[in-house]
Amino acid sequence: MSVSERLVYLDHAATTPMRASAVEAMLPFLTDRFANPSGAHRFARDARRAVDEARDRVAVVIGCQPGEVVFTSGGTESDNTTIVGAATTRGGRVVCPATEHHAVLHSVERLGGTVVDVDAAGRVDLDRLATALDDDVAVVSVMAVNNEVGSVTELGPVSELVRERAPRAVLHTDAVQAASWVDVRELWPHVDAMALSAHKFGGPKGVGIMAVRAGVDVRPLIVGGGQERDRRSGTHNVAGIVATAVALDDTDAERDAERDRVAALRDRLVDGIVHGAGDVRETVDRSDKVAASAHVLIGGVESEALLYLLDEADVCASAASACASGAMEPSHVLAAMGVERSWAMGALRLTLGRTTVEADVDRAVDVLVDAVSTLRRRTKVSL
Amino acid sequence: MKVLVAMSGGVDSSVAATLLRREGDHVTGVTMRLWGGESDTGCCSVSDVDDARRVAQQLDIDHLVFNFGDDFEQHVVSPYVDAHRGGSTPNPCIECNRRLKFDRLAERARVLGFDALATGHHARVRNADGRWTLRRGADRAKDQSYVVHMLDQRALPRIRFPVGELRDKAEVRRVAAELGLRTATKPDSQDVCFIPTHGGRASFLSRRIPFHPATVIDTAGSTVGTVPIVELVTVGQRRGLGLATAGAGRKRYVVEVDPATATVMVGSDADLLVGRAVVGGVTWVDGPVDGPVLVQCSAHGAAHAARATHAGGDRVDIEWDEPQRRVAPGQSLVFYDTDDDRVLGGGIAQRSPT
Repeated sequence: MSVSERLVYLDHAATTPMRASAVEAMLPFLTDRFANPSGAHRFARDARRAVDEARDRVAVVIGCQPGEVVFTSGGTESDNTTIVGAATTRGGRVVCPATEHHAVLHSVERLGGTVVDVDAAGRVDLDRLATALDDDVAVVSVMAVNNEVGSVTELGPVSELVRERAPRAVLHTDAVQAASWVDVRELWPHVDAMALSAHKFGGPKGVGIMAVRAGVDVRPLIVGGGQERDRRSGTHNVAGIVATAVALDDTDAERDAERDRVAALRDRLVDGIVHGAGDVRETVDRSDKVAASAHVLIGGVESEALLYLLDEADVCASAASACASGAMEPSHVLAAMGVERSWAMGALRLTLGRTTVEADVDRAVDVLVDAVSTLRRRTKVSL
Repeated sequence: MKVLVAMSGGVDSSVAATLLRREGDHVTGVTMRLWGGESDTGCCSVSDVDDARRVAQQLDIDHLVFNFGDDFEQHVVSPYVDAHRGGSTPNPCIECNRRLKFDRLAERARVLGFDALATGHHARVRNADGRWTLRRGADRAKDQSYVVHMLDQRALPRIRFPVGELRDKAEVRRVAAELGLRTATKPDSQDVCFIPTHGGRASFLSRRIPFHPATVIDTAGSTVGTVPIVELVTVGQRRGLGLATAGAGRKRYVVEVDPATATVMVGSDADLLVGRAVVGGVTWVDGPVDGPVLVQCSAHGAAHAARATHAGGDRVDIEWDEPQRRVAPGQSLVFYDTDDDRVLGGGIAQRSPT
């Protein structure tokens, strides 16, 4: 099934459609300019140049040096490589808050690391973090924007604390959900490493960015031909890398205007739900969140059931993180935030994006309010 | 008719979805995700969800996955563990049908606006004069009415068993093969989904409850040996009791298990036979029945003639026409009419009356 005109897509945090400019940019490298950039002929040099130029453009947006940009297969690989790679090189403990994406959380858990408590908005609790830090700590990973509830963590104070208490530590940030809404240039000075994922900002799936500050040694997870200066082997995904740079560039150029536009739509959406459905809680205060994120807890309904009715009415939304089988797993983020289980059951994540318009929001509110009242009514009958 | 089909990825439920689709129903597939823990078998692994989804894609129907892990833990796994601790031998698949498939899932289906829930069970649902009956599957060799006996007048109107109408295995295979269903040759699971093949029941239970040794006594009360783990001993069991073979052909069976006193009583095959059975937690398809019935004590066993007496509440006393082997407490006893076709009700075997 293709995404039709009538489909209201409010799951942009899962993935957002590719920018036309990015699609256009990648096509030549899927056809005529198909060479492997590691070759020793003019054809290869053409592809090589495209990758190098893409790296320059990405570096400008992040505010880092081109040599600090490593292309990977996605956000997960970037998170894994930095955390596991830096911990392996340095030796020592790894630390992260409990609300990290599983790409970080499972890396830290696998290394036997320390998971730190969070505040009610899902952000790392600095006092708790302080007690987890010492000279032995090799890596601290703190996400910039939470993928479920949308809360923004100020990395400045985190950075100060880490520098003071854990001077050996590499500070990594998973900024996968940040790129579209937060100026990543303002994040970079606080950290040593940053992970981005292309398909979250209008690039293709299968491309990630791992920015690693010069001088920070990260042992590669993937070894082979020594591409990306021995930091990540494997033939370059030339078309994907080129498209990623274009998408990130365009995102950066439009960000301020888009943020304001989308924030207004998000407010309209949440206000509509809160007033229309009743017995609804906003999970995180809007002032603590990115513009595109709406996350609500709806009393008296089960997310799984609600998502089915939304889907039936052509509204695409999400609850907690989906597991490999496609089932909804209870959210580790809401649990860490201390949200009661009865409220967490009715969690709904709606995330807006570049293609969202006012009519989408109004349709979504109508459908949602209707679905919630249907579920509450039908559930009551059985009691 | 909007029908939700529970799909496990196996042949029967795939064929069920196919048949409903052919009848012109608006069909949606669903797979329950029940078990998040270790498992390498059964109906809830990720690979089975994959199989179910692929079949649904072939049939061009939507496929949903519902996570009922908490309910499964609460209503199936935890009681299973408790039953073993108490010395009985539970049937978790029946409890899963009772609490998950035909309760939690059926209720979810209703709330979402489905007219009926279908499964791949070999059983038949009939309606005559406004009353609903539950009958054995058309293919008696594959009949599964035993495991769905808890369905009642409230549940049956919203249940469909399309595969139960098929007369033989070949017919099921033919439907599967016609569609080139990828599961056509996949065997249906016979195992408890949350018990890993490797290590089995003992290793699973050892992580949940402490094990205790027990004294093995004979029917006269003399100690004849010991067993290391009383929680794993089942009435009717003959092997693994660590008993020296006492004389030619004199086999000894477990006739009673009592973890409270840490004793296991063994006896001859004659000692295993009893004239009565007590059934608790009985549910009825269409109200209580007294008098002559046939009673089936295992999923694929024969039904034996008996007289049922409704003893009040949800208790039924069974008096066998001929003495029968003791049924391990925790196992289900299902009552059929004397034509051995219609399910009347069923419940759970209680400790043998002395």
